Amino acid sequence: MTPSHPRNIFSRIWDAHVIHMVPHGAELVAIDRVFLHERTGAAALKSLAARGRKPIDPARVFAVMDHIVDTNIGRSDATLMPGGQAFITETRDAARMAGITLFDVNDADQGIVHVISPELGIVLPGLTLVAPDSHTCTQGAFGALCWGIGSSEAEHAMATGVLRMERPRTMRVEFTGVAASGVTAKDMIMALIAGHGAGGGAGHVVEFAGEAVRAMDMEARMTLCNMATEFSAMTGIIAPDHKTFAYLAGRRYAPASFADPYWASLTTDEGASFDREILIDAATLAPMVSWGTSPEHAIAIDGAVPHGPQRAHDYIGLAPGTALEGVPIDAAFIGSCTNSRLSDLRRAAQLLKGKRIAPSIRKALVVPGSSAVKRAAEAEGLDRIFIEAGFEWRMSGCSLCFYAGGEGFPEGSRVISSTNRNFEGRQGQGIRTHIASPETVVASALAGAIADPRKVEVLA
Amino acid sequence: MTPFTPITSVAVPVLRDNVDTDAIIPSREMRTTGRTGLADGLFAPWRYTNADARTPNPDFALNDPRAAAARILLGGANFGCGSSREHAVWALAEYGIGCVIAESFAPIFYANCLRNGVLALAMPRAAIEQATWQQLEVDLAQQTVSGPDIDYLFTIDPEARTMLLEGLDAIDLTLKQARQIAGWIKADADARPWVYLEQAR
Repeated sequence: MTPSHPRNIFSRIWDAHVIHMVPHGAELVAIDRVFLHERTGAAALKSLAARGRKPIDPARVFAVMDHIVDTNIGRSDATLMPGGQAFITETRDAARMAGITLFDVNDADQGIVHVISPELGIVLPGLTLVAPDSHTCTQGAFGALCWGIGSSEAEHAMATGVLRMERPRTMRVEFTGVAASGVTAKDMIMALIAGHGAGGGAGHVVEFAGEAVRAMDMEARMTLCNMATEFSAMTGIIAPDHKTFAYLAGRRYAPASFADPYWASLTTDEGASFDREILIDAATLAPMVSWGTSPEHAIAIDGAVPHGPQRAHDYIGLAPGTALEGVPIDAAFIGSCTNSRLSDLRRAAQLLKGKRIAPSIRKALVVPGSSAVKRAAEAEGLDRIFIEAGFEWRMSGCSLCFYAGGEGFPEGSRVISSTNRNFEGRQGQGIRTHIASPETVVASALAGAIADPRKVEVLA
Repeated sequence: MTPFTPITSVAVPVLRDNVDTDAIIPSREMRTTGRTGLADGLFAPWRYTNADARTPNPDFALNDPRAAAARILLGGANFGCGSSREHAVWALAEYGIGCVIAESFAPIFYANCLRNGVLALAMPRAAIEQATWQQLEVDLAQQTVSGPDIDYLFTIDPEARTMLLEGLDAIDLTLKQARQIAGWIKADADARPWVYLEQAR
């Protein structure tokens, strides 16, 4: 391409993967990696086998047990979720039959799909990666095109090596400036969705850019990209830089070196055009907390509940005008593909160290995003900090990001949660979820009420 | 897949924005790894006052006597957002819904509809409100939604239209290009060797 045609990273990756354009139809886009989990993957693998098909390249298909696997120490195939064991055993059998790589329940590499994929170097810049899981966009943090699909599409990708796609539009969201202390990637993505709506990204691939994004480490970038799906975007992506390559170099499935000039070409050129651009000054943002039943129902922590849909007010039990700070909570959750990585746990533990959560908290969980995160956290003594403060320390998995019919929060709980969805009933029927950063979860657990993490004193 | 034929049915309104797939089929209602046995759990949190006892909620549209045997569902903006679970579409289809008309759709849900022969079509809010509880005919070949007070011409991606009308299987269709795909992969393996991994351990 000549410099007169500046391109963005999305079009570079997309164009390089278009194998065939169907006249008046879809484009066949090559898929480099497929990742499955036991919740939706077994359906895809079984359906593939039922039609007598196999993955065209099993070495590029991976599966992991994360969604309904138990998180209590000493777990087995048995699950608290009624019928959950079948998801595990059927996924295992189907994965073996298909010859794909499986990270099993008690594998040292087990963890939430979007946490372990980067840990193992399965996602790489410039790749296309799909998974039957909406939060696949998380992995766009590595400069790859990664998006969530259904089980049938996963079957299609495994059987053919491609997906039939309509070319999405492009959007750039630029976070300028420097975020204040206590304001995290979670707060930034929540502010975007609150400002532009849960459907604001529909039809678009969103490139996150700007000074505040460049300043983030890889784990914060994953948090930012994670909730692109809550924006209804096809996915989010961040152009790779030295941090990306340093993170991935030498990991099990990644190249030892990223010296090849190809890697440096994965950029967005100065002057590249987008169908839509949004500019947000990160310096103006505060910690965000959701007040309602959609991720777009979120406000700065020192704000008051605005007028929203009556249903949302009724479900969450907060009238317009109520100050969020000080609303009593019953439970706290740190985990999920949004905020369960080592840096999340470190920041949470730093605020928590030497303190006890409020006695009114009836359940408080920390669920590391992967078995590797769990080991690393334990090596630093973070588990002791959480346990001494009154949190339960669990084995890795998706856990109570959603209620699958097994373990749940106490009836009627109001939960402060580092997860991504505050839908009605998401964490259990009648459970009221407030999503926020891990720092805000800790501050609130300490206070027994929604609290501002910027006001928590860090003990030496 | 069964070819899509014109649907005549009452249009049942669930006119909320951001109807998520957790509401359409909660995780706890996905009890087997299969694609069936889901209709009973469709909209369980809203359809039942007690989901365990399956006590119908008389205020929910699908429980309205007018909704008996309904095949068309109306929704608001960003319908089907949230989890990628295809079970949401499997549940709708098993219940008998063949067409969802909403102001807009979340992308994964939209693609899942297409792969299961369910027509997801976008229509302006005003037209949707007009269509509420009306007897509609949805004709994909003509690209029309018609009823007593509505005559709407909709647009749809030509490939999606063909696949639905002819009941095409996407995998079969794509495999017609298998040789071209294999050739592309062979060349790509030289250009980007790091993509191509050793056989699974």
